[in-house]
Amino acid sequence: MMALECDKSKCLYCGACVGSCPVEALTLYSSWIEVDHDTCTECGICVTLCPVGAMTLGGGSE
Amino acid sequence: MRHEVDVLVIGAGPGGSMSAKFAAENGADVLMIEKRQEVGSPVRCGEGIAELWLNDLGIKPDKRWIANQVDGARLFSPSGHCLTMDAARAGSETGFVVERDIFDRTLASEAVLAGSDLWVRAMAMGAKVEGDTVKEVVVDRLGERITVVPKVVIAADGFESRAASWVGLDSRLKLKDIDSCIQYRMVGIDDDARYNDFYAGSDAPGGYVWVFSKGEGVANVGIGVAASKLKAPADVKMYLDRFIAKHPEFAKGKAVDMVAGAVSTSLPMDQTVKGNFMLVGDSARMVDALTGGGVVNACMAGKIAGRLSAEYVQGSDVLGDYERAWRSELENTMVRNYVAKEKAVNVTDEQFDRIVLALQELEITTITTAEILGAVAKAVPDLVAELDLMF
Ligand SMILES: Cc1cc2nc3c(=O)[nH]c(=O)nc-3n(C[C@H](O)[C@H](O)[C@H](O)COP(=O)(O)OP(=O)(O)OC[C@H]3O[C@@H](n4cnc5c(N)ncnc54)[C@H](O)[C@@H]3O)c2cc1C
Repeated sequence: MMALECDKSKCLYCGACVGSCPVEALTLYSSWIEVDHDTCTECGICVTLCPVGAMTLGGGSE
Repeated sequence: MRHEVDVLVIGAGPGGSMSAKFAAENGADVLMIEKRQEVGSPVRCGEGIAELWLNDLGIKPDKRWIANQVDGARLFSPSGHCLTMDAARAGSETGFVVERDIFDRTLASEAVLAGSDLWVRAMAMGAKVEGDTVKEVVVDRLGERITVVPKVVIAADGFESRAASWVGLDSRLKLKDIDSCIQYRMVGIDDDARYNDFYAGSDAPGGYVWVFSKGEGVANVGIGVAASKLKAPADVKMYLDRFIAKHPEFAKGKAVDMVAGAVSTSLPMDQTVKGNFMLVGDSARMVDALTGGGVVNACMAGKIAGRLSAEYVQGSDVLGDYERAWRSELENTMVRNYVAKEKAVNVTDEQFDRIVLALQELEITTITTAEILGAVAKAVPDLVAELDLMF
C-alpha cells in the first residue's frame, strides 16, 4: 500500500499541498493536514511540491 | 445551533478583512470566520507591499506594521549584473516591508471596529447549495457545529480554498501555475535596506529568490520555485539553502524563523461570482503571476465585494457587478504579467544576463513597458517573436 502521509514533525501547516492537490483530497486544519484516502490518487505531486518534504507515499523510505 | 447573518466572510486574511470592513461600513450585518486561533499567524508571506495602492484602499501606513520603507527594487541576473528600479527610474517602485501578522490583525480590527463580528478557531466545513444559492454554511467553532444562514457568502479562504467547489466553480491549478515557496527571516546579514532585491535564473527555476530588508541586517530571504520544475521532496528548501551558501553576505547570518507556502501564478479564475457567492483574493487566484504578490489585489477585490454585498442585502441586485468591477481594476496587469511569467520561466541564465545588461543602458527617468520591450528586443531577439503579445 502506498498511502499518502503527512509527517507532523516536518509539516509547517502552510497549505501548499492543499491548494495544489489536483483532486482536492487534502484539508488544512489549524494544526493538521487531513488526507482523504478515498479521493487521493497517490499522484505524488504534493510529495515533491512540499517545501520541506513532509509528505510521503508510505512504504518508500526516501 | 443556527446563526443568521447578512454577509458571511470566510477567512480573515487581508481579502476577508477588507470585505468584512466594507460590508459592515455600508450597513450589513457581517460575520467573519477564521479557522486559525490568531489572525495573521503563522505568517505566509515575503511581506513586500507596493506603496502605490494603499491610499486607494484607505489603508493608512502605520508604524506598527511597517518594518522598513524601500526606495525601490533591484533585479540581479545570474552573473550578478544589477538593474536598479527606484523612484527616479521607475516611478512607482517604492514600497514597504511589513510585519504581515500585525498588518493582518490591524485590518481585522478595522473590520471589527466597523461592526463586523469575528470568530476565530471557526472553520467553514461545507455548504448547502440550492441552485446557485448558498443557503447554509456549516461552521466548526471550537468543536461546536454551527449552521450559519447567510444572505451573501464572501469566500476569502486563501490558496488552500475549498469554497469554490461548493458552488461548482473550479479553482484547481496546473503545476506550471504554482510556485512552492520557503523563506527564512535572517539576522546578521549584509544587505542594502534601501532596496528589495530579486535574483532571477537557475538558482530558482521558474521563480526567483527575494531579499526583502527589514533594516539593521534583518531580512526575509525567500524563494519560489515553479512546481513543474521540482523533482524531489524538499527541493525548494534545497534551492534556498544552496543560494544562501553561495552568497557570503547572507551565509554569514542566521535564520530565526521559517515560513512556507505556495502561490498561484495562473490567470485569475474565469468566474468569481455565482448566485450569492463571491470569491476574493488568493481563493480566486488573484495573485500577480510574475511577482507572486497578492496582498494588494486581495484587498482591492475585498473592498469591492464588501461594498456590493451590503448593497445587495439592502435590496439592489448588484452582486453580478463584482466580476466587471474587480477586473477593470486589476485584470490588465494580471494578464500582462501572466504572459511575462510564461516567458520568463524559460529564459536561460545567459539571456537573463543580456536582458539586465540591456535594461541598465536605459537612461530614462520613467521606464515604460514599451521602452523595456524595445530594450529586451535588442538584447535577446530570440525571445521577441512572442514578446509583443505582452505589452
Ligand atoms: C511564501 C509566500 C510569500 C509571499 N510574499 C508576498 C509578498 O511579499 N507580497 C505580497 O503582496 N504577497 C505575497 N504573497 C501572497 C500573499 O500572501 C497572498 O496573496 C495574500 O495573503 C492573499 O490574501 P487572502 O486574504 O486572499 O488570503 P490569506 O491571506 O491566505 O487568508 C486566507 C485566510 O482564510 C483562512 N481560511 C482558509 N480556509 C478557511 C475555512 N474553511 N474556514 C475559515 N477560515 C479559513 C486561512 O486560515 C487564512 O487566514 C506570498 C505568499 C507566500 C506563500
